[in-house]
Amino acid sequence: MNHPNAWIQFALYVGALLFLTKPLGLYLVQVLDPRGRTWLDPVVRPVERLTYRLCGIDPEKEQAWTGYTLAMLLFSVVGLLFTYVILRLQDHLPLNPQGFPGLSPALAFNTAASFTTNTNWQSYTGEATMSYFSQMVGLTIHNFTSAAMGIAIAAALVRGIARHTAKTIGNFWADTVRVTYYLLVPVCFVFALVLVSQGIIQNFQPYTVAKTYEPYTIQVPKLDAKGNAVTTSVPKTDDKGQALKDDKGQPVMVDQPVMVDQKVDTQTIVQGPVASQIAIKMLGTNGGGYVNANAAHPFENPTPLANFLQILSIFAIPAALTYYLGRMVKNQRHGWAVWGAMFAMFVAGALVCWHSEDAGNPIHQKLGVAAADGNMEGKEVRFGIFNSALFATITTDASCGAVNAMHDSFTPLGGLVPMFNIETGEVIFGGVGAGLYGMLIFVVLAVFIAGLMVGRTPEYLGKKIEAYDVKLVMLVLMVLAATILGGTAWAAVSTWGQAGLNNAGPHGFSEILYAYSSSVGNNGSAFAGLTATPADGDMHYNTTLGLAMLIGRFLMIVPILALAGNLAGKRLIPASAGTFKTEGLTFVLLLVGTVLLVGALTFLPALAIGPVVEHFLMRAGTLF
Amino acid sequence: MKNLLAELRTSLLLTLVFAVVLCGAYPLAVWAGAQAFFPRQANGSLVTDAAGNVRGSALLAQSFTSDGYFQPRASAAGTGYDATSSGGTNLGPTSQKLNDSIKAAIAAYRTANGLAADAAVPADAVTSSGSGLDPHISVANALAQSGRVAKARHLTPEAVQQLVAAHTEGRDLGVLGEPRVNVLLLNMALDAASPKAP
Repeated sequence: MNHPNAWIQFALYVGALLFLTKPLGLYLVQVLDPRGRTWLDPVVRPVERLTYRLCGIDPEKEQAWTGYTLAMLLFSVVGLLFTYVILRLQDHLPLNPQGFPGLSPALAFNTAASFTTNTNWQSYTGEATMSYFSQMVGLTIHNFTSAAMGIAIAAALVRGIARHTAKTIGNFWADTVRVTYYLLVPVCFVFALVLVSQGIIQNFQPYTVAKTYEPYTIQVPKLDAKGNAVTTSVPKTDDKGQALKDDKGQPVMVDQPVMVDQKVDTQTIVQGPVASQIAIKMLGTNGGGYVNANAAHPFENPTPLANFLQILSIFAIPAALTYYLGRMVKNQRHGWAVWGAMFAMFVAGALVCWHSEDAGNPIHQKLGVAAADGNMEGKEVRFGIFNSALFATITTDASCGAVNAMHDSFTPLGGLVPMFNIETGEVIFGGVGAGLYGMLIFVVLAVFIAGLMVGRTPEYLGKKIEAYDVKLVMLVLMVLAATILGGTAWAAVSTWGQAGLNNAGPHGFSEILYAYSSSVGNNGSAFAGLTATPADGDMHYNTTLGLAMLIGRFLMIVPILALAGNLAGKRLIPASAGTFKTEGLTFVLLLVGTVLLVGALTFLPALAIGPVVEHFLMRAGTLF
Repeated sequence: MKNLLAELRTSLLLTLVFAVVLCGAYPLAVWAGAQAFFPRQANGSLVTDAAGNVRGSALLAQSFTSDGYFQPRASAAGTGYDATSSGGTNLGPTSQKLNDSIKAAIAAYRTANGLAADAAVPADAVTSSGSGLDPHISVANALAQSGRVAKARHLTPEAVQQLVAAHTEGRDLGVLGEPRVNVLLLNMALDAASPKAP
């Protein structure tokens, strides 16, 4: 890692993040208060009021946790169905210049669940599947709403912690509308235009056909007049090239498509409203790209400057929310302690990932690849090793899931970092809102463990943490772990599970483990060699991953809102000499330890038979 | 029950209002701003020849195979450089298939560019990019190819190296990302410098 320039980039990133935390946190305080004031009021206030009037929302009327949860669930179900219907019917809807057909039920369900839950796993190839209307309406609406809901829920939990003997935790509708209008839309508008200046496209033209400089020839299946592939019957051979014979000694015949040469002298260039979607994809930690290659594609991430702004936008709101926490509970040092714990884990992950990718693959280096260049498979030249490793770490610390390099082709330990980040529950800054409420789960657990160690009833910011609270916390943690490991185990021993793999050996297992981790964690990045939408139409992956996303989102949020409601109702008890302080270095270490222990103990066995064993096999030169 | 219906009504209405604001007004506003201030970038950074034909995008790799052109990185997008099917190989570090393809690429690269049989080869020259459309190659890769290109075009190696230097993009703001050479733009400059087709 002897690259001074990369260290300067790292320092710039950390400096910018630190610089943004306080001002954006203070802005959030105003946004998350229905009576808050911002400098955007003259423009946005009228739109906000009109929205309330049209939808019958009374922003001043606060809800108990049950009402808040009900509203959140109903809004999610409506949004899920809205997108499902659009995807199924996209061939009957406008803005479909390429004439793409409607999606299959399993794929439409997977995609709708994926975007509703802020996962944004892409089971489809965006540029070859989705019409402009599907992208701009069906998918983009969730980029905004799932992000706004995440922040709203984090705010509700923080209110539950900050308030005492209270019955309500805020108004779901007001929170969601205000976050969308005052925070997400204005920032995205400016951000999108900056991204366009770097080369991201924003238009409504049909795809452009360019006449390329050097025509070349490819082999394609021959089609008959009806567009069906023409096949011919050929003798089947075994893997040594010997013709197979059946019981009667006759050669076994199989149908093989007839291939014909096709001259390629054009390149079809994707167009569409990309920039507006990419801005919210990053800021809202959604991660679902416009095109298949996501942020590795030059149209989604054209320059290193665009890359820097995109990774900064991933962490901006999650970092600011820790400041919001400190301000609301009137203990800024607690907010910074949570920031510090997140930051320490972020730096550690980034350094491990960077080191592994920089060291590269000894097998390929033996063949003659320059060792100083690191592992460039699946990476882009303009980003290089450092920015690819940094992006991978950040996108999985947060529940973003955008990728600017293919994680599947990372070195084993370089790929272990993103996977482990997701398995911590994405609490290292985390998704917008989701990172904070996930981390607060660990805070409660850390306080509980500290209480057990000294033999006192645990307290958190003046509230007793009791059996009911800890049960809710454990419910969240156990459901997530069980879904990831259960799903992985099922797929790993099933024909459908193995059929989707792109790699053999331990790396194949890693592809499955990554898929369920990413879905339950609502991340959306992938070891993308895994095919969840196979040509034979098998629905297992799309269905189980879709369900895993819904479980990962809603079986986390509902207990958290219940916890918020329960904490809000508690009485304050005065701090005493024996109160465990939730600030300072001791607390940071305890919190990091809790996150790592719960993550490590649960997932270490699975990681050991995936990336860890692959690391040693790679060092030994084993290939699959 | 009354509460449930009221909230359901709000859910439906807010979804529609959001659809208008977030999926209508917002992208249209970005579109208007983008087309007004950055029309070239907003429409795909397309490059055209003297006759006005669109020949590609400055941001997307296209296939170049002959000796007289610089060659881009290998592409796993569709059947190769298919801009409607972006993606990488997604082959892992212990993949036999990846190992074989890198081995073949190294041999071909050494032969084409007259390198020694044990010469280290730039990593970007023998690996596939993440998007399959990476428009750039590293400076080391470009310089290693420049001798071959000069020979095929009957130019001096110095002239080609100067073109490479002129088309080397530095780090953004002097610090972000990596130095790189845009293959399509460099090849177009080559054609301008030595009009005789390779």
